[in-house]
Amino acid sequence: MKRLQERANTRPAGQGLIIETSVRIMVPFIQLYGLYVIVHGHYSPGGGFQGGVALGASFILLGLAFDLPTTLERMSERSNALLANAGVLIFTGVGAMCAILGGYLLDYSVLTAIIPMAAAEWRSLGIFLVEVGVGLAVMSIMVSLFWDIGSAGQMDEGL
Amino acid sequence: MKTLALLATIVTGALLLYGTRDFPDWADPQSPTSTHVSPYYIEHGVEETHAPNLVTAVLGDYRSYDTMFETVVIYCAGMVVVSVLRRTRS
Amino acid sequence: MEQVVAVIVAKYNYWLYVILMMIGFYAMIGKRNLVKKLLGMNIFQTAIILLYVSTGVKRGAGIPILDKYEALKHGVDVAGVANPLPHVLMLTAIVVSVSVTGVALAILLRIYRRYGTLEEDEILEKIRQ
Repeated sequence: MKRLQERANTRPAGQGLIIETSVRIMVPFIQLYGLYVIVHGHYSPGGGFQGGVALGASFILLGLAFDLPTTLERMSERSNALLANAGVLIFTGVGAMCAILGGYLLDYSVLTAIIPMAAAEWRSLGIFLVEVGVGLAVMSIMVSLFWDIGSAGQMDEGL
Repeated sequence: MKTLALLATIVTGALLLYGTRDFPDWADPQSPTSTHVSPYYIEHGVEETHAPNLVTAVLGDYRSYDTMFETVVIYCAGMVVVSVLRRTRS
Repeated sequence: MEQVVAVIVAKYNYWLYVILMMIGFYAMIGKRNLVKKLLGMNIFQTAIILLYVSTGVKRGAGIPILDKYEALKHGVDVAGVANPLPHVLMLTAIVVSVSVTGVALAILLRIYRRYGTLEEDEILEKIRQ
């Protein structure tokens, strides 16, 4: 935030200021909407892929309105890679857990051994866990694609 | 070169259009895609997964093997882009 | 003549997708610029995705999002719900197409970095030297 204020003070007011201010207002709502789309995927159109793309789009919008170091400040490359790995690991981990507990791969109903719930309820919860994993992976891969293609691998100013 | 490409495009398009004669009509409820496995998903999806959005139910439960490797595919794509483009600092 | 028109109207979705697919196909084989080839491939993928989604349409059917308690209590009428399977398959296909586009753009950037151009014939000339 401090960096953004410094930048706003040093540059002349103009079209860039309007874009930057409106993006600063819009980004939290886009991220909230992305989380809503992921979490509410059972009951409305949505799910991991769509919500993940919305979350990634908020960072891409930030990178387009400001520059690439601003997005790096919000989410470092290291945590981005960690989120991508975590997303894939949540998905495959839930699947492997089902196989370890004696069921088929990705048959969530055998997870009743961990928390006793009805099989259908566990399938619902398993879908939710898997969607969260997909959302994390899609978000961080989208942001990483934007960083690398937008700056040709240099990670400097960007577009 | 361009005329050859245009010719190939027109011939391929004509063959594809000829092939659509055997396809089911638009919005036909008796088409093979709507009568094979999807009635099972529609009838039993909600009671087996408690997810009213059938697309999510099929994506996350019935066909989650597909989705799992889908996630692996985009992960691989991200890693490939990083390793192709990033220059090592020397 | 009326029969031909009746056939086209009954299957007009396939006609539109074949035309769209052929636009992409021509861009892939007829253009020399590699970015235009990539865009042609994207159009081709879009045509295939639309084709699959159109096979899930049923006449008089609603969206595949049901009322949970209604469905648990009374069951579901199959004819009243659109086919969810093509939607699922194409949801994954869209993400694959995004990944393919990303990898292809990365490779194009590398090609540009090495040869300084994205025109196919100029690249071939530089390789032959």
